[in-house]
Amino acid sequence: MTAVSLTVNGRSATADVEDRTLLVALLRDTLGLTGTHVGCDTSQCGACVVHVDGVAVKSCTMLAVQANGATVTTIEGLAKGDELHPVQAAFREHHGLQCGFCTPGMIMTAVDMIKRHGGKALDEKTIRHELEGNICRCTGYHNIVKAIEAASAEMAGMAQAAE
Amino acid sequence: MGVEGIGARVLRKEDKRYITGRGRYTDDIGLKDTTYAVFVRSPHAHAKIVSIDTSEALAAPGVVGVLTGADLASDKIGGLICGWMIHSKDGTPMKAGAHPAIAHDRVRHVGDAVAVVIAETRNQARDAAEKVAVEYEELPAVIDLAHAQDEDAEQIHPEAPRNTIFNWSLGDQGAAEAALARAAKVVSLDIVNSRLVPNAMEPRAAIGSYDPAEEHFTLYNTTQNPHVARLVLAAFVGIAPEHKLRVVAPDVGGGFGSKIFIYPEETVCLWASKRIGGRPVKWTADRTEAFLTDAHGRDHVTRAEMAFDADNKAIGLKVKTIANLGAYMSTFSSSIPTYLYATLLSGQYDIPAIYAEVDAVYTNTTPVDAYRGAGRPEATYVIERLMETAAREFGVDPAELRRKNFIRTFPHQTPVIMCYDVGDYDATLDAALKAADYAGFPARKAEAARRGKLRGIGFSCYIEACGIAPSQAVGSLGAGVGLWESAEVRVNPVGTIEVLTGSHSHGQGHETTFAQLVSERLGVPTSSVSIVHGDTDKVQFGMGTYGSRSGAVGMSAILKALEKVEAKAKKIVAHQLEASEDDIIIENGNLKVAGTDKEMPFFQVALAAYTAHNLPAGMEPGLKETSFYDPTNFTFPAGTYICEVEVDPDTGVVEIVQFVAADDFGKIINPMIVEGQVHGGLAQGIGQALLEGCTYDSGGQILTASYMDYCMPRADDLPMFNVMTTETVCPGNPLGMKGCGEAGCIGSTPAVINAITDALGVRELPMPATPQVVWKAAQAARRPMAAE
Amino acid sequence: MYETTYHRPASVADAASIVASSSEAKLLAGGQTLLPTMKQRLAAPEHLVDIGKLAELKGITVSGDTVTIGAATKHAEVAASADVARAIPALAALAGMIGDPAVRHMGTIGGSVANNDPAADYPAALLGLGATVVTNKRSIAADDFFTGLFETALEDGEIITKVSFPIPHKAAYEKFRNPASRYAMCGVFVAKTANGVRVAATGVGSSGAFRVTAMEQALAANWSPEAVASITVPAGDMLSDIHGSSDYRAHLVTVMAKRAVAAAG
Repeated sequence: MTAVSLTVNGRSATADVEDRTLLVALLRDTLGLTGTHVGCDTSQCGACVVHVDGVAVKSCTMLAVQANGATVTTIEGLAKGDELHPVQAAFREHHGLQCGFCTPGMIMTAVDMIKRHGGKALDEKTIRHELEGNICRCTGYHNIVKAIEAASAEMAGMAQAAE
Repeated sequence: MGVEGIGARVLRKEDKRYITGRGRYTDDIGLKDTTYAVFVRSPHAHAKIVSIDTSEALAAPGVVGVLTGADLASDKIGGLICGWMIHSKDGTPMKAGAHPAIAHDRVRHVGDAVAVVIAETRNQARDAAEKVAVEYEELPAVIDLAHAQDEDAEQIHPEAPRNTIFNWSLGDQGAAEAALARAAKVVSLDIVNSRLVPNAMEPRAAIGSYDPAEEHFTLYNTTQNPHVARLVLAAFVGIAPEHKLRVVAPDVGGGFGSKIFIYPEETVCLWASKRIGGRPVKWTADRTEAFLTDAHGRDHVTRAEMAFDADNKAIGLKVKTIANLGAYMSTFSSSIPTYLYATLLSGQYDIPAIYAEVDAVYTNTTPVDAYRGAGRPEATYVIERLMETAAREFGVDPAELRRKNFIRTFPHQTPVIMCYDVGDYDATLDAALKAADYAGFPARKAEAARRGKLRGIGFSCYIEACGIAPSQAVGSLGAGVGLWESAEVRVNPVGTIEVLTGSHSHGQGHETTFAQLVSERLGVPTSSVSIVHGDTDKVQFGMGTYGSRSGAVGMSAILKALEKVEAKAKKIVAHQLEASEDDIIIENGNLKVAGTDKEMPFFQVALAAYTAHNLPAGMEPGLKETSFYDPTNFTFPAGTYICEVEVDPDTGVVEIVQFVAADDFGKIINPMIVEGQVHGGLAQGIGQALLEGCTYDSGGQILTASYMDYCMPRADDLPMFNVMTTETVCPGNPLGMKGCGEAGCIGSTPAVINAITDALGVRELPMPATPQVVWKAAQAARRPMAAE
Repeated sequence: MYETTYHRPASVADAASIVASSSEAKLLAGGQTLLPTMKQRLAAPEHLVDIGKLAELKGITVSGDTVTIGAATKHAEVAASADVARAIPALAALAGMIGDPAVRHMGTIGGSVANNDPAADYPAALLGLGATVVTNKRSIAADDFFTGLFETALEDGEIITKVSFPIPHKAAYEKFRNPASRYAMCGVFVAKTANGVRVAATGVGSSGAFRVTAMEQALAANWSPEAVASITVPAGDMLSDIHGSSDYRAHLVTVMAKRAVAAAG
């Protein structure tokens, strides 16, 4: 067992874990953050995507001990109180989700995607390519792509207005 | 329509919890003192179990119990059932073998459970599972469907000689064969409808919890139909009587049919909880377990012959299908290749003579049951591949050949049971042709050729039977249950409303669309309406969600209950405002006396019903009504799909450059949600055509047991979809709805294959049409040209 | 996953001594291959030695005619590096094609090279550019490094510290993805370098990534897609699975080589 301490959604968290514990298990089972999901065993579906030290990673393919000392953001930590993140709002506005199971990973991936591209409005081709590591079985991706297009455009506009 | 009523694009009420990570799926539920179950599974496709030694596992750290099929049998827990009786042509009932939740003498597919280990943690259970020593004596495995019925094939179940469960037929054999004999032209095809794995993103999970004091069980389960699960587990498996068993289906992360069925794992979790003294037992599949144990879909081998007269009018169809049901008969497996398949072989066409024969066959593979569309995609694939092939062989336009054969008078009785109530197939074909700019295709093809690409176009004019189903009709066809739906509308004293429904939402957005119906009828905002579903302790009864039935059947039940609420509310208002009941109308949330300014807001009526200070003589207090709605017919959504592809002949890569879907779903409650359903269905249908396929080796090992090898459609595999609807109102239910959940998956597959075969100039192409498959077909098609 | 003990050494030297003390120890860098393998219980190292966070293994430097990448540098860092993009754009592009964005945030060049998965991308770049693998003990030429499926010249306890790539005149990588896993089903890296033309293929060879010498000779004489259009590799040496038979893979080598030469310009 190893004691790990990390910052999750702005709060410090500590736990004793078996060294083999995956980050996703720490989040879900120990910290009760069940918004992060497990949909496959081979790091392909992306339902488990969270941000570790500011970048998207698959929390099913990282040990909790590897994240010792890291700052983690999960889907539960994305909104500011009642104010949804623009990507969350866009998924709802554009019906970018159905059963909701892949949605947390999709949203965390989209937030990372927009950030990595410098906060500019993204086109369909870029978005589809960037979603290579996230599988959705319900939506056929059509409305997910639209949601990310809209969110990236809105965020680019907000950034411009702030300048 | 009101702003939130029928036809409005209302954003989903359920979304907030999903986008903030507050959804509550089965594996998210943490009951106190939970233990974790891991199943020991057969590595062999077919073997006798010689011995099982659990002693080392029992001694492993954290282990609470290790249970086997012998324990299950000694507790007299029954096997799993198939709930639909099919009779063979010769009148004999289907030959179903036993399906114990844990195998005890023989394993029949890779992944068959042989023991369950229950421990304090998941890791401990998994560690200990490896310590269960099972000795097997391997038997020959029956994998190849074409040889499963051979005389010398190993028999999988003693009940089913030649591994044949039934040999069933539908239609008039003489008439179909006569049509083929006198036909001016006959088109025939050998068709393989590939095996698929449903792959809901949430793996199946179950928590069984037994309360020894109350002798009461609770099951949290990834199910599309909690009441059906309770019925089967109580009445057939014998876990507990229904009043001692509560089944809860919390948020469910997709189903696509695979979560209809009653599986071994939930049975075992319930039983094991009692066995270990009442601690909850939780099991969650990993993805490979899902590939091994979720019921698969499709897997037909078919020979189809279609007869045409000299004028290209279809005069007959004869189909022989062998359907693979896998190692055991899953809950509804027998109905899929029979009454959900052969009954749709008329397609959108007036075909006077149809005969279908279906053999259902056991193999040493994972059981096969309903997967999105369930039988109807297989029928559509047969008929639409035939139509496209016929058009090419006759040298006529594929759209026009279809148009020539369309049914145009309704109701239309097909030769295969179904009576189509209404439709306008020209309307969807015309809409699709226009949207696809069909006239511009030759120019696009020429332009693609200049870029070295082969461009092709393919059609599919599908029909499906949904709104499953009139109880008396399905009963006469062998169903073990009625397929009505129930609803309860509870108006609270403050005028807010709870609707309890037997339908279950696992992505379909019922919490929104069902509330829209209430808003439409009562004029209240959807925010005042809660939809309650998925809990046998709350909802009186229900048959669940599958077969695109929740709108046509589930909402009709709600409407019936609403009508009773409205009638009572009107009586109260008429009494209090001293008007005639017939003069009361409901408008914008108020009950008004027509033609006057007298009115009562709905909430006031609700309060009046509960205070009961001033009700009509003899009226009971309260405002709560229930309904059981049994549909009068199936519904018949139909449409035209057009797929346009570009093939890279150097690599075989297929790009879908255009996909048009024109559907007639009857009345639509929420177009946004309907479009989403079509998009998702299209992705799955295209997935079958291009990407997905479950493969076994000759020894019965599944070669596609993870996303490393089973190709799931990803965002960059798919285009934006051009979807549209036309409308003929369904006369069979009070809302005029037909259903939209499966259409995309039913109609799209043949359109894609028709487009690729058009591009390549080949007659046939196996699915999935992966780059390798397409490249090989392109090579073969090129060879004669190269020889010229 | 079986039980394991996690170590986070402070230096490469510390890591080497932990590895040396146990035959059941494995190095963990990004873990994007090792952890899934452990999850499937196909690997069961008693000790995991995490070198992914060691500063001495990180970083990208361009000096003279060489790009040097620390072994623990993540794919995303290589893909996003302006220095790499300027010096060897094909290498940055290749790094950006590995896995998916989340995998690229964790996976490292050292891990990929040491694992030598026959469907990995980096081996094609190392062979195609004539790179040098530097370890805590020695330097190994790429041509000598990859010795077979999941096999390398690394000795027990030897740790890759960096990889040096000579800057080519021109280069390109074309990847044909396995439709399901998205690993390379055929990737071809072509480069025109100071020491001649190099062509390397990954995802196809039954012994892992390999150089296609017939194509190298043809391109040395005539750097054009047409020069490789009629050169095929023997199908008998190719991998074969449900996604791609050996003859299909052999065919793809030619197609990807043509496209890579065209892309390199």
